[in-house]
Amino acid sequence: MSLPIIQIQHLNKTFGTGEAAVHALEDINLEVQAGEIFGIIGLSGAGKSTLVRCMNLLERPTSGSVVVDGKDMTKLSVKELRKARKDISMIFQSFNLLMQRTALDNICFPLELVGTPRAKAVARAKELLDLVGLGNRAGAYPAQLSGGQKQRVAIARALATDPKVLLCDEATSALDPTTTLSILDLLKELNQKLGVTVVVITHQMNVIEEICHRVAILDHGVVAEQDTVEEIFSNPKTDIGRQLVYPNGVRIDQLPPAQVIRVAFNGGSSYEPLIASLAIDCGVKVNILGADTRNMDGKAFGTMLLGLPKDPKEAGKALDYIKSQPDITVEEVSGHA
Amino acid sequence: MLETISQFWGQYGGLLLEGTRDTLIMVFISTLFAYVIGLPLGVLLSITQPHGIWPHKWLNRILGWIINVGRSLPFIILMIAIMPFTKALVGTKIGVPGAIVPLVVSAAPFIARMVETSLAEVDAGVVEAAQSMGASNLQIVWKVYLPEAVPSLILGASISIITLLGYTAIAGAVGAGGLGDLAVRYGYQRRVTSMMVVTVIFIIILVQVIQSVFSWLSTKLDKRLR
Repeated sequence: MSLPIIQIQHLNKTFGTGEAAVHALEDINLEVQAGEIFGIIGLSGAGKSTLVRCMNLLERPTSGSVVVDGKDMTKLSVKELRKARKDISMIFQSFNLLMQRTALDNICFPLELVGTPRAKAVARAKELLDLVGLGNRAGAYPAQLSGGQKQRVAIARALATDPKVLLCDEATSALDPTTTLSILDLLKELNQKLGVTVVVITHQMNVIEEICHRVAILDHGVVAEQDTVEEIFSNPKTDIGRQLVYPNGVRIDQLPPAQVIRVAFNGGSSYEPLIASLAIDCGVKVNILGADTRNMDGKAFGTMLLGLPKDPKEAGKALDYIKSQPDITVEEVSGHA
Repeated sequence: MLETISQFWGQYGGLLLEGTRDTLIMVFISTLFAYVIGLPLGVLLSITQPHGIWPHKWLNRILGWIINVGRSLPFIILMIAIMPFTKALVGTKIGVPGAIVPLVVSAAPFIARMVETSLAEVDAGVVEAAQSMGASNLQIVWKVYLPEAVPSLILGASISIITLLGYTAIAGAVGAGGLGDLAVRYGYQRRVTSMMVVTVIFIIILVQVIQSVFSWLSTKLDKRLR
């Protein structure tokens, strides 16, 4: 983490002209350090995909500079640009594998483009398949692979030319939560093992939380804030930041400085009587700060965030009462969740 | 019944075999040349579109216009209209060689459109992925568009070939030989109804066989169907 490998300055991207012009990106300034995992998060239509495409010039910026590994991408000739792109690989939400080629031949594809001899390309492809944990699926066609496996092949393909940067455009958005985690683990591992800089575009905060070192929040084509993941999570400074970090509007450190507990319902009776009976039996009123519960066959599952009264005696009474209930687990939540 | 068939075959069998052979020669040679012209035209048409990999507004418009003109001329009119060109090119306006020229001229624009449609089915994301890897436009055509579109191109070829088969029958009406020629000369002009029926049956069988073979091939080669 020393020199910025990607440096974007005063980048603007406008689609169309005149009154129909859409300002997709406005005065973007970003620096991605070599070797880090950098996240760009935003809601749909914030301009994330356009921004990442400006990094390898799949989209040509209207103005501004994009310096990748010391080269201003906007000033390269077509031929130089094609060469520069071998150092900036990309993976996609829809994997974008060649459907008529096997996994192995998909990985050979970028090597064919640079004229690598077949035998050498195949050897490299096999090595990469092993690296992404698909050593036994070399001959499988994409249609025979699961979503997670397809993304692994796409990652292997992206790494074939030993890139310095790996751009991930919503790479896990089409995957289920478990597969998402396994792909994120793989990206993290590759970042550590190979030192490849990873830029992650996503609308999922948990993706950022899981693997990113630093993050930029993009909102309506401008960078709203940019900081380390810890800082953004503990102290988002903008509305969009708060919206992304606390999607359900609950912000624990803004609540009254009382004790907050998380109550998990494991299938006991419905949760409403708990709060009611707490008030009736103990005479203690609690705040429901947030709840994510569902009723299945009359049984309550899920969690609820409760704010206990300020008075420690009353709080203790409530806590003891709740703890004594069957099928409920209680956990204290610190000021910052 | 058997006797009638054997009598008919004895009289016309040679003619029918010769006609079938001529038809097949005309269809396959003209398909081949029509693809030599139509395939690159279709590729150009596809990549020069506004969102193609090589956008060229005017080239795209001009190509589209030429192809539309070619496709709007009924085959029989085109065939007669270009007779001087045919004669200059192959030295004759009639017979199998004379038919191949107008068949190619007529089928090439049709094939260009078929190819354009097939390439449009290739996922734009895959093309973008190739671009992100630094592929040149030529590499994208050769290594992405054409191989990815193979199943669709093969189905398109079966439609093109069958269309050409129909045109050869029309060409037969003006002395090009083949099954269409037999149907007109014997079946119609000499009132040999059985000849008309048999040539029609032959053409139906040809169409069925061509379609089945190409459909089978397309399915067999499509790696998406697993």
